[in-house]
Amino acid sequence: MTTHLTVMAAGTGVNGVALAVLIALFLLVTVAGFMASRFQRGESLESLDEWGLGGRKFGTWITWFLLGGDLYTAYTFVAVPAAMFATGAVAGFFAVPYTIVLYPIIFIFMARLWSVSHRHGYVTTADFVRGRYDSRGLSLAVAVTGFVATMPYIALQLVGIQAVLEVAGVGGGDNILAKDAPLFIAFAVLAAFTYSSGLRAPAVIAFVKDILIYLVIIVAVVYLPGQVGGWDNIFGSAQEKMATVNEATGKPTGAFLPGVGAGWAYATLALGSAMALFMYPHSVTASLSSNSRNTIRRNAAILPAYSFVLGLLALLGWVAIAAGTQPIGLDGEANAQLVIPQLFEDMFPAWFAGVAFAAIAIGALVPAAIMSIAAANTFSRNIYKEWLKPDATPKQEAKVSKLMSLLVKAFALVFVLTLDKQNAINFQLLGGIWILQTFPAVVFSLFTRWFHRWALLAGWAVAMVYGTVEAYQVVNPVTGKHFGGSLALMPGIEQMGYIAMTAFVLNVVVAVVLSAILNAMKTSNGSDETIPFDYFADADDPRVQKDLSEHSHHGDPYGDPDDIAGNAPAR
Amino acid sequence: MAIAGVLLLIPIVALLWVPSYARTDPELFGFPFFFWYQFLWVFICSALTWTAYRLTLSARGRTTRQEGEDR
Repeated sequence: MTTHLTVMAAGTGVNGVALAVLIALFLLVTVAGFMASRFQRGESLESLDEWGLGGRKFGTWITWFLLGGDLYTAYTFVAVPAAMFATGAVAGFFAVPYTIVLYPIIFIFMARLWSVSHRHGYVTTADFVRGRYDSRGLSLAVAVTGFVATMPYIALQLVGIQAVLEVAGVGGGDNILAKDAPLFIAFAVLAAFTYSSGLRAPAVIAFVKDILIYLVIIVAVVYLPGQVGGWDNIFGSAQEKMATVNEATGKPTGAFLPGVGAGWAYATLALGSAMALFMYPHSVTASLSSNSRNTIRRNAAILPAYSFVLGLLALLGWVAIAAGTQPIGLDGEANAQLVIPQLFEDMFPAWFAGVAFAAIAIGALVPAAIMSIAAANTFSRNIYKEWLKPDATPKQEAKVSKLMSLLVKAFALVFVLTLDKQNAINFQLLGGIWILQTFPAVVFSLFTRWFHRWALLAGWAVAMVYGTVEAYQVVNPVTGKHFGGSLALMPGIEQMGYIAMTAFVLNVVVAVVLSAILNAMKTSNGSDETIPFDYFADADDPRVQKDLSEHSHHGDPYGDPDDIAGNAPAR
Repeated sequence: MAIAGVLLLIPIVALLWVPSYARTDPELFGFPFFFWYQFLWVFICSALTWTAYRLTLSARGRTTRQEGEDR
């Protein structure tokens, strides 16, 4: 232990009361999680649908909480305010238009996906693509993308839990294990939690979490601005900080408002993130868990309540500027990701700081659990059962799912350890670059079969390579690491924009051109096992009812009654 | 249905047109325009989405009765 570290320990120290409250609430919630396995229980937890989809019996309110659980994550609580704190409105506040335009977008396509999925027993977007085009290749591409893109998103949640533990004073020291102890603890808790409970536990905990979060947010938003001189002073301090020159780059620190040209970055970040979110396996899982087609649309109208709170949380990053918060990590380095926990520790009594810490930690744990379960489901259905072991029993499938949910978290851990965690919001943006490339194959196909399956596959491949290479080439000027950001020059527009959107445009162009050529050549576009009616069926449809009620012991992979794709009744 | 589509398109266009609101004045309760304007859209978007939802419900009811299959 060096003198330097001793000084740091004295400076930040273990916050005993806050830590005790944090642990107590955390334990309480974990117990609730395990009891949740009994909640609305189906016949057994052995099969994949039981463990992964909670039996598909969730109504409007549970779905609301579950979907909120996807949105209200460490992204909202740690990454967005940290981005606001560090570089201002373009990097952080785009999350508000993102979560607003999100709902009209899902309103348009999610009801169709719900209907066709329940008519055919689809559980993932890859299931749908396979049924629509009878194409194993395209289905595999969608499945692999979902699995891989979830990893950085889970990594973001680990960074969130780590930030809380670090500010509470856990960990620190000079060997690798002790230095990253908060991260490993976060990982261990998450893994144990998910492995033993399935999707029901997160659904129950989402209630506890949202109550805690609302409590903390209301207190923070009502109490804190007055403590630092009101909103005038907050915006004034932020404007001042963003205008100062950053020594590393020689440019202003950040943007108070999107300036000339930065509108492109702001708009593409918002739109790209919005289109990407409901391509992630976990969002699809949550949407399909609802009990009727209209649950999704009703939710699209009531979910924006979350966006309002998200905006207030983003502004807490600027409250921290006005409060003069110094987010110093246990290694003595400044780390913007710690800014919100640090703000809470500085401004709140210790016991309430503990409540706030628990809200953030649980708020990261729940979505991380949901994400890893959904990614694992995709793997076991569309990769393991489809390609590796077609005759797997439901029990084997569930077992592989559980193992993969561990593996996906392990990869997430690798992301945190190797990439630049100073800019955690970039983890989510990186996942967005990948997952958005499945949008044409999934969403366009919900409306039309004009696109050719090979054209969609080619568009996906080109965009994945382009997006990954572009993102790799973004180097953080301070740390010198690759994958340092998600903005790059957009060819043709010559302004900075979100790489995901540039890649998406490329994706669509390739898909359109090749589809036109392949269709003109009359190349087979596979057989379609869906019919137009499938896209409008609601919970009163007999086949949907059968799917809803029997899903827990639904053994066949695609729900097609005779397992022969493309022989659905004539139109 | 076309009306519902337009209602859903309005917030997307409004919020992606960033130069239309990237300014500080007029302020409201100390919030620069840029911020309170986007907060306002949370409610407008919610109202528009709800209206679109009601519209699709009634459209669905009509077509189901007439054709035995909804659109």
